[in-house]
Amino acid sequence: MSGVAGDGRTAPASARRRTGVRGNTLAFWLFVGPFAIGLAVFVYLPIGWSALLSFFDAYNTVTPSTFVGLDNYVDMLTEGPFLRSLGTFSLFALFIVPLTFVLSLALALLVNQVGFARTFFRSVFFLPTACSYVVAALIWKLSIFNGVRYGLANTVLGWFGADSIAWTGSTNPPWYWLVLVTLRLWLQLGFYMILFIAGLQRIPQHLYEAAWIDGASPGWQTFRHVTLPQLRTTSVAVLLLTLIAAYQAFDEFYNVLGTADGYPPFARPPLVYLYYSALGSGGQDFGHGSAGAVLLALLIALVTLLQGKVFGFTRRED
Amino acid sequence: MPAPVPVNRRGFLSAAGMAALAAGLGGPLLAACGSNTGRGNSSGNGGGISQWYHAYGEAGVQQAVERYAKAYQDATGKSVSVQWNPGDYDSKLATSLLSGGGPDVFESTLSVARVRAGQVVPLDDVIAPAKDDFTATILATHTVDGQVYGIPQAVDTQMLFYRKSMLDAAGITPPSTVDELVDAARRLTTDKVKGLFAGNDGGAATLGGPSLWSVGLDYVTPDHKPGFDDPAAATALGKLRELYTSNSMLLGAVKDWAEPDAFIQGLVAFQWTGLWAVPAVQQALGDDFGVLPWPKLTDAGAPSVPVGAFGAMVNAKSQHVDDAKAFVKWLWVDRTEYQEDFNLAYGFHIPPRASLADKADKLKTGVAADSVRFVRDHGKASNPVDWTQGARTAFLDAVSKVVREGADPATEIRAAAQKAQDELTRLYS
Repeated sequence: MSGVAGDGRTAPASARRRTGVRGNTLAFWLFVGPFAIGLAVFVYLPIGWSALLSFFDAYNTVTPSTFVGLDNYVDMLTEGPFLRSLGTFSLFALFIVPLTFVLSLALALLVNQVGFARTFFRSVFFLPTACSYVVAALIWKLSIFNGVRYGLANTVLGWFGADSIAWTGSTNPPWYWLVLVTLRLWLQLGFYMILFIAGLQRIPQHLYEAAWIDGASPGWQTFRHVTLPQLRTTSVAVLLLTLIAAYQAFDEFYNVLGTADGYPPFARPPLVYLYYSALGSGGQDFGHGSAGAVLLALLIALVTLLQGKVFGFTRRED
Repeated sequence: MPAPVPVNRRGFLSAAGMAALAAGLGGPLLAACGSNTGRGNSSGNGGGISQWYHAYGEAGVQQAVERYAKAYQDATGKSVSVQWNPGDYDSKLATSLLSGGGPDVFESTLSVARVRAGQVVPLDDVIAPAKDDFTATILATHTVDGQVYGIPQAVDTQMLFYRKSMLDAAGITPPSTVDELVDAARRLTTDKVKGLFAGNDGGAATLGGPSLWSVGLDYVTPDHKPGFDDPAAATALGKLRELYTSNSMLLGAVKDWAEPDAFIQGLVAFQWTGLWAVPAVQQALGDDFGVLPWPKLTDAGAPSVPVGAFGAMVNAKSQHVDDAKAFVKWLWVDRTEYQEDFNLAYGFHIPPRASLADKADKLKTGVAADSVRFVRDHGKASNPVDWTQGARTAFLDAVSKVVREGADPATEIRAAAQKAQDELTRLYS
């Protein structure tokens, strides 16, 4: 600011500042306004409305009149399909978050290390991120993991003389998890890999040099004591994003396990359950649906805060 | 004989391009433009009606319903704009009915909740002249508290298709009980062929209802109580589990039960699929197939086929309720020739009206005649008006857990019946 004020040779400083501020305000609203209005109308209003609906008996209407207090929340929190799906996806998160973290970090280290065609490898691994979840789900379901003997996975099994497996159809053992987890990893590893690569490239070379001078052997020791601590911010971001993505699972689950007749009671993400009860054909139960959505949002916020506390997301980087 | 008009190359190409555009893009684009507000072109002539259909798979249906609409305009001077809705029609319709922007006339199934929410208007005066002509089972699925809210358009059903040659080769007669079916499926299973295909979930989604009917139970009783809180229901679901674990069911087919591909490709001897599959199966297999209802399990039960029909309904929020009712009456009650055309000229449905079903030559022989008979004698509502989404989900979850995960049928049935009871109490208290 002092620079601006001191630059008062061409115009009186006070006048300049006044027009400057007005121009800034106008520009601010010009740029932010449309976005803010869109956000308010299409995001905040529906969220608020949904929170409101969660306290009403709202079957087949979004302008309900019967206030039921916390009844919808009590219904959703009593032993039932919604709680079970929350349980299932907490387990899923426990499993998929570390797996995604380790694999995408490993991929990033490999791609960063490779001497030739680095851009090529980076693009190849990143490419699945650009693929539609629906398309990928259909390829996994119909082509790779279909249950008939000429499906890709079953053909491979056939080479070794093994019987065909009904991948998405069998629940014992639950082979559908293999289908869903490989699909999710394929789709999202590339994205987190890019985050890690960006993090890796920000680590100053001199830190490694200093470590070598201090006698650290290249490999595990430098990784453990230089790379990993330097990647802390990236790591926390990746953990947060994968965790939220795990609870918000919908697309690939809906397209792999859902049928025209509904969704089976196992591996049912909370959002899929809410979708069927609030928006599915004949469902239209917006009260319970909204209560479930609010609970899910609270759970995600809670777990995120907890994770931030444990890994120190808010701590300043030194 | 007039000489053909000479066409130069550029003229020909542009004409061909226009034709391709018109055929490929023009149709859907025009249809979408004409009614993308959901209200039709009511601004132009004051009082146009908008009508929604889901996207029927059979070729020609869209052109047919647009032709009916045009004929109505020619006859009465009132315009009807038809909107064809590919994708998730049910959700789209449900959402549009919440707002004021929904269609005036639409096709759907009926639920008590929709009536309680005041989304549809009674059509008793519309159907009155022909009410007795409609199949009672079907009409019941469009009636709440004695009032009719939908005029049934076309009946669909599901049946057990069997490959005659495969059964003959194994010396097996078409089964008349569930036990015979389980046995037949087991005997017909080889390393290349499975006995039965009823969906990639082992029939968990489709065979729950038929299982209840096979022991004389139902989803809901006439006095609005859960109809399956009974040990016999556990026995019936136990049979599905037995089938599922017998290694004689096809699981994980590329196309699910609604498509006859697995049956046509000879991957199975029996397949549970819909009436709509008959033309495709006939074309591929000729006479080498027959159809059966789902057999009975005990003497208390009976063979059954689930039946359902989309009905034409009028949106209570419509600006033109009277015009919309007049149009529904004209198309789905008065003009029987269009109803016949709609049911029989494109795919394969059964007209909901006895007078039409009886006189249709196409329905007098073979598999078609069998299916008409099944609907008349063994038809059970696949979607009763008081069978709510909550109850349906609870029941399907129970069937799925029993069949696919080996859960205890009695426990699961109890839990589902409790949920259904809660839903029914809410609707009828």
